[in-house]
Amino acid sequence: MDQILVAENVTKTYGDYTALSNISLQIPKNCIYGLLGPNGAGKTSFIRIINQITYQDSGEILLNGEPLAPKHIASIGYLPEERGLYKSMKVGEQALYLAQLKGLSKSEAKTRLKYWFDRLDIGDWWNKKIQELSKGMAQKIQFIVTVLHEPKLLIFDEPFSGFDPINANIIKDEILQLKENGTSIIFSTHRMESVEELCEYIALIHKSEKILDGKLSEIKKAYKNNIFNIGLQVENNIQDLEESIAQKFNVLSSKIDAEENQLNFKVQLPTSHTGDILTELSKIGNINRFEETIPSANDIFIQTVNSKDNGK
Amino acid sequence: MASKLGLIVKREYLAKVRNRSFIVMTILSPLLIVGMIVLIAYLAKINDNETRVVSVLNESTFFQDELNSSKNISYVHFNDLTLEQAKDSTNSLEYYGLLYIPNGSTLEEVANATYLFTKDNPNTAVTRELEGVFQKKLRQDRLQKLGVSPQQFSSIEKPFEINLSTFEGEKSMKGINEIKAFIGGGFGYAIMMFIIIYGGFVMRSVIEEKTSRIIEVIISSVKPFQLMLGKIIGNSLAGITQFSIWIVSASVLMFLAVLIFGIDLSVLSSDSAMAPVPMGGMSQLGAMDSEMMMYAKEIYDIPWGLLIVSFFIYFILGYLIYSSIYAAIGAAVDNETDTQQFIFPIILPLMLAIYVGFFSVFSNPHGPIAVGFSLFPLTSPIVMMMRLPGGIGEGGVPLWQFLLSVLFLIITFFGIVSLAAKIYRTGILMYGKKPTYKELIKWLRY
Repeated sequence: MDQILVAENVTKTYGDYTALSNISLQIPKNCIYGLLGPNGAGKTSFIRIINQITYQDSGEILLNGEPLAPKHIASIGYLPEERGLYKSMKVGEQALYLAQLKGLSKSEAKTRLKYWFDRLDIGDWWNKKIQELSKGMAQKIQFIVTVLHEPKLLIFDEPFSGFDPINANIIKDEILQLKENGTSIIFSTHRMESVEELCEYIALIHKSEKILDGKLSEIKKAYKNNIFNIGLQVENNIQDLEESIAQKFNVLSSKIDAEENQLNFKVQLPTSHTGDILTELSKIGNINRFEETIPSANDIFIQTVNSKDNGK
Repeated sequence: MASKLGLIVKREYLAKVRNRSFIVMTILSPLLIVGMIVLIAYLAKINDNETRVVSVLNESTFFQDELNSSKNISYVHFNDLTLEQAKDSTNSLEYYGLLYIPNGSTLEEVANATYLFTKDNPNTAVTRELEGVFQKKLRQDRLQKLGVSPQQFSSIEKPFEINLSTFEGEKSMKGINEIKAFIGGGFGYAIMMFIIIYGGFVMRSVIEEKTSRIIEVIISSVKPFQLMLGKIIGNSLAGITQFSIWIVSASVLMFLAVLIFGIDLSVLSSDSAMAPVPMGGMSQLGAMDSEMMMYAKEIYDIPWGLLIVSFFIYFILGYLIYSSIYAAIGAAVDNETDTQQFIFPIILPLMLAIYVGFFSVFSNPHGPIAVGFSLFPLTSPIVMMMRLPGGIGEGGVPLWQFLLSVLFLIITFFGIVSLAAKIYRTGILMYGKKPTYKELIKWLRY
């Protein structure tokens, strides 16, 4: 069993509005799986179905090979995008309550909470009320409550919203640590910079449909288009060089660095084979820089969404 | 699953009971209520004790024995004064008024020339009593002219009251229907107040979960229905706690108040709708006492056990139905100000029940309107409670009506709760929208 979660042709409609149409996904175990898409694409609808908050109209979802059932609630941890806590309840009491709702015994919940409170350095908050805490502080509690019952599958919906950069980093490290410990994680966001850092797999959902999924590195490979950034340093006239290069190759842009007598240019090659251009350029001058541009998740995201929209 | 419901009930209960305004209300209300009762009793006592002094200047030969001091009026007789002197004396002695009976040859003449002088418009109790005295005397006088002796007259004067009986031969009582409906009305009113107050608590609690955004965290652990049910049960337990504290502390305070202020609570009960006091004046006092005894017996005979058991049945079913609607409303809106349009239609049947109860059940507890509204599930908890003091079975509510209304309530309960749960389930995850009725109906189909 390699997959923690398999969705097959999941469809969900609200009246006339289609939230999910025929979504099929395989989410491997022990990895961070990015569920990407613009606002309103259907990510939250999908996550709510996994959490059995709502139910699909058709299709099937398997968790660990079994059809999703109420008993699985205890093995899923969910940090929703719209999240909060009871304002007038004390931190410790509230955390205990939520942990017990997930099926932990009171004493077990207490021990684990003590551990996490110390780990995130918030031990002295136990008797404070939520309304006395800042938003970021409350988010930490929320994070702890989500992971406390040690679920096999964790679902984070925009986990970093509401955190300052320092605390966001702490939480990011905790998420990576959880993955190291064997938890599978679904990470839903429309912020691409965190995707690059965290996700091994992604699925892109747009207007209720899945338009792309797979291993992030492979997707990136597929989206490469043989564009290279090159820096070439020469001794003779640099203007002539710019012209001759432009004649030989498909130069997308170029810029002269007069001080270093260097030409920086971006070129698209017909194939991914780089031997020819390297021999040619090395005859002309010193190659100070030669790198392939790999599309960022953000580029891929925008490119696919746009092409999908234009294609229709 | 059951333990999760228990957890939710416990949390809701504690959240409500620890709430500061709840504690303040729980402590202050009995003080306020007892304070008010003490005040009313005190005022009633003052009112009772206020005997007005009326001075009498009687220049005639009539009315020598008839003007005897009573509960309302005590008479002071002036002799050998002119009218002007009498007026001045009355004024300077600060008496309530002066009754001037001039001299005359006949009673008719004297009576027609008699004046009551007062500072302001006189109290109706005073004028009525004086008129009573004069009228009695005039009647006696007129009858005497027709040949009726004073002895015959006093035998004529005995008032008549029709004898009342049920078909079973028990002596039935005037006004007892009203008393029974009043007692039932008290229970019905308590149910209505409880539904409105604690239904509101449930609704606000749902709105709080929405605005604090904790709702999605919780329903990823428990079913929305469990949360809704836990909330309803938890809040009603808090309500029952509050009621119990009120009853206990109010009775303790009442006891203390009676001890300290020596207030006679019978002052309250004797003049509050207890019975139409038989007309005919003071001579009836003895008769009234035995009458009161019969009323007391009748009230004692009201099936209190049945009333209390059915109070709990109707209260629980009615509260469950209404508070699940309140929960659905709370789920549908984002803040309390948006709830108005939805709350009115809920309160409407409750108000209707109270009005129908007081206007129809009072006069005709087993008439078609009373029967109809005591079967209709949205009004039956209140209206049926008003009918029940008459008992179940012969002379009271037919057993089939009682059972049918409970059955209707149970069916409605399942119907309403499942509809409310659907609206609740969808509504709690909707933010930033002010839904219309049309949308709510659409949610039922999701």
